[in-house]
Amino acid sequence: MNLLWLIPTLPFLGAFVLILLGSRLPKKMVPVIGAGSVGLSALVTFFVGSNFISSSLTSYNFMAWQWLDVAGLSSAFAFHLDALSLLFIFVITFVGFLIHIYSAEFMADDDGYSRFFAYLNLFVCAMLILVLADNLVLMYLGWEGVGLCSYLLIGFWYAEEKNGYAARKAFIVTRVGDTAMAFGLFMLFQNFHTLNIQEIATKAPQLFPVGSETVLIIALLLLGGAVGKSAQLPLQTWLPDAMAGPSPVSALIHAATMVTAGVYLIARTHAIFELAPIALLVVGIIGAATLLLAGFAALTQFDLKRVLAYSTISQIGYMFLALGVGAWSAAIFHFMIHAFFKALLFLGAGAVIMALHHEHDMFKMGGLKKKLPVIYWTFLIGASSLAALPLITGGFYSKDQILWLALAGENGNIWFFLVALLGAFVTSIYTFRMVYLTFFGKEKTHVSHVPGKLINTPLIVLAVLSTLAGFIELPHDFFHLTVFSNFLKPVLPSIAVQEGFESIEYMVQLIAAGVSVSGVYVAYIFYVVKPELSDELKSSAADLHQFWFSGWGFDRLYNFLFVRPFVFISTINKNDGVDKLYAGLVALAEFFHRIFSFTQSGILRWYIMGIVIGGILLLTLGLIS
Amino acid sequence: MNEIQITGGLLLAGTLFMLGLIGVLIRRNIIFMLVSVEIMLNAAGLAFIVAGAKWAQPDGQVMFIFILTMAAAEVSVGLALILQIFHQLKTLDSDAANEMKG
Repeated sequence: MNLLWLIPTLPFLGAFVLILLGSRLPKKMVPVIGAGSVGLSALVTFFVGSNFISSSLTSYNFMAWQWLDVAGLSSAFAFHLDALSLLFIFVITFVGFLIHIYSAEFMADDDGYSRFFAYLNLFVCAMLILVLADNLVLMYLGWEGVGLCSYLLIGFWYAEEKNGYAARKAFIVTRVGDTAMAFGLFMLFQNFHTLNIQEIATKAPQLFPVGSETVLIIALLLLGGAVGKSAQLPLQTWLPDAMAGPSPVSALIHAATMVTAGVYLIARTHAIFELAPIALLVVGIIGAATLLLAGFAALTQFDLKRVLAYSTISQIGYMFLALGVGAWSAAIFHFMIHAFFKALLFLGAGAVIMALHHEHDMFKMGGLKKKLPVIYWTFLIGASSLAALPLITGGFYSKDQILWLALAGENGNIWFFLVALLGAFVTSIYTFRMVYLTFFGKEKTHVSHVPGKLINTPLIVLAVLSTLAGFIELPHDFFHLTVFSNFLKPVLPSIAVQEGFESIEYMVQLIAAGVSVSGVYVAYIFYVVKPELSDELKSSAADLHQFWFSGWGFDRLYNFLFVRPFVFISTINKNDGVDKLYAGLVALAEFFHRIFSFTQSGILRWYIMGIVIGGILLLTLGLIS
Repeated sequence: MNEIQITGGLLLAGTLFMLGLIGVLIRRNIIFMLVSVEIMLNAAGLAFIVAGAKWAQPDGQVMFIFILTMAAAEVSVGLALILQIFHQLKTLDSDAANEMKG
C-alpha cells in the first residue's frame, strides 16, 4: 500500500514527458508512454487494492508533504484510501487504460497525437488526485485540474471555431458550479476550522443538529459544484456540446469519470448531506428532473454522440436520484456499471463514426451489423446494459436497485419511483432507436475503414465488464448477493427499507423489466417495422420535437437570461464608465498644464515681471493682515 | 539724525530701487539690465545704511559691506555670462535668449 503515491504520479510523469519531448519522440513511442503510464498505474492500483482488501483496514492514509499551512488552514498533499476511493481509482485507471489503448489506434493519423496523450494523462492524474484527496483543498485542485483537461480536450481540434466555442462553454458553465462549491468550502472552513474530509465527517454530527440551516446552505453550495461538474439541471447545457471533442475523450471524461465527480463529491461528503434532509431531497428532485428531461431530449437527437451525451446526463440523474434517497452504495454501483457500458458505447460510436468518414448522423448510417460485427455485438451489449434489459446485463441490476430504493428506501416515495420508471422506458426506447438506426436496415454510407485490434480489444473487455460486473450485487429475492454494498459499508452507510415493502420487491423488478423490454419493442416498431411511423409522429408534433431536440430550449433560455444581458451591459460599458472619472482628471491636468506652459515664454523680462508681481502681492498681503 | 532725514534717505533708496527695477524690466540690452541690477543692489544697501543710522547700530554698515562684496562677485559672473551669450548669439538682446521656452 506504500505504493499508493505512484498511482497519480505515473500518469503525471507520462504527461510531463509527453509535454516536454512530445514532438521529438518517434511516433511509436507516444502511445507506449501515454498508455503505458496509465497501464502501470492500473497495475499498481490492482496491487494496492488487493493489499488493502486483504489487510482488513477500513482506510489508509498517505501523506506526501505539507502543502499549505496558513492561519489555521492546514492542507497536506495527502491521500486517503478507503473502499470508495479505491473503487473510483480502479474504474479511472482501468477504464482509462482501455481508452488509452483505443486512442492509440483511433488518433493515429492525427497531428496532435502526442498532445492528445499528454492531455489525457494529465486528466487521469487530476482525476486520481480528486478522488484520493484527503482534504477538500486538494480535491478542489483535482476538481479544477479535470475541468482544465476537459476544456483542453473538448477544444482539441481547435482549428474549427465551434469546437473552441464548445470548450469555452463547458469551462464557463462548470465554473458557475465551481464557484458555488468554493463558497461551500469557505463556509465549511469557517464552521469546522478544517477541510479534512474525515474530520468534517466526525465533527459534523457533534456540531450541528439535523436540519441545521448552516449545514443546509453548505450542502446546497456543494451540490452546486456537483451539479455543474455532473451536468445536472440547471447546468447541464455544456455536456451535449462537449461532444465536439474526440470520441475517446467523450468516453473517458464526459461519460465514465469526470462527470461523475459530482456523484463522488456528494457521496464523499454524505455526512454533511445526511444532516440536511432538505438538501438531500433537492438532490433527488434534481436527479429525477434531469433524468426525464435528458431522456426525452435524447429521443430526438440524430447525432449519434449527442444521443449518448444526453443519455449520460440522464444516467447521472439516476445516480443523483439514488444519492437523494440516501441509497449511497446503489449510486456508486450504478456509477461503476455506467462507467463500463457508457465508455463502451462511446468507444463503439467513435469506431462507427471513424468507419464512416466522420459521419455523425444516425439517419445516414444503417446496415453496419454485417460490416462491423465486433462493434455491433459489443455495442449491442453496451446498449442492452444501458436499457437495463433484465437478468443478463449489468445495467439491470444497478438500475433496478435504484428504482427499488427510490420507492422503498427510507426517503423514497412513489413519485421518484414513477419518474425513474418513465425514465427507464424512455432510456430503452432511445437506446434501441440508436441501435436500430445505426446497425440495422439498409447500408447508406460506405464503410471505409475497418477498425483494428487496438480498437476491438478494449470494446470486448468493456463489454465483458459491463455484463459481469452487475453480478456482484444481486437483489434480496434473487440470490441476494451483496459483495458490492458490503465492500462500501465501512464508508457509506447502508439504507434501510421501509416496512411493508419487502413483499413487493419482485413486482417492482417485474415492472422494471417489463418497461425496459417494452421500450425495446416500441423502438423496434418505430424504427424497423414501420419507419414511416416515426416520421409521421415527428411531423405531427414538430414543435415538441424541435423543443426536445434543442434540449428543452435551455440554451435559448440562458442565452436570453444571461448571455444577452451580459453582452448588452458590456456594450454599454464598452468605454468603461468608471474609468471616465480618471480620464477626466487626466484631461483637466493636461488642460492646466497647457495654460501654464504659455508662461514659459523664454523671455527673461517676463519672468522678472512675474517675480515683481508676486513680490508686490505678497507685500500687500503682509501689509493688509 | 532726525525723522526727515530718514524719510528722505528711504525715499531716495526706494526711488533708486524702482528706477533699477524699471530698467531691468524695460531694457533689452543685457548690459543695461546688469547695470540696473547694480542700481537696485545699491538702493538696498542705502536702505540698510539709513536704517543702521536710525538705530545707531553697526549692522546696517556690515550688511552694506556684504552687499558690496556680493555685487562684485555677481558682476564678475554676470559679465562672464554676458560674454558667453554674445559669443553664442552674436547680439546683446536678452529676448534672443529664449531657447528654453515651454
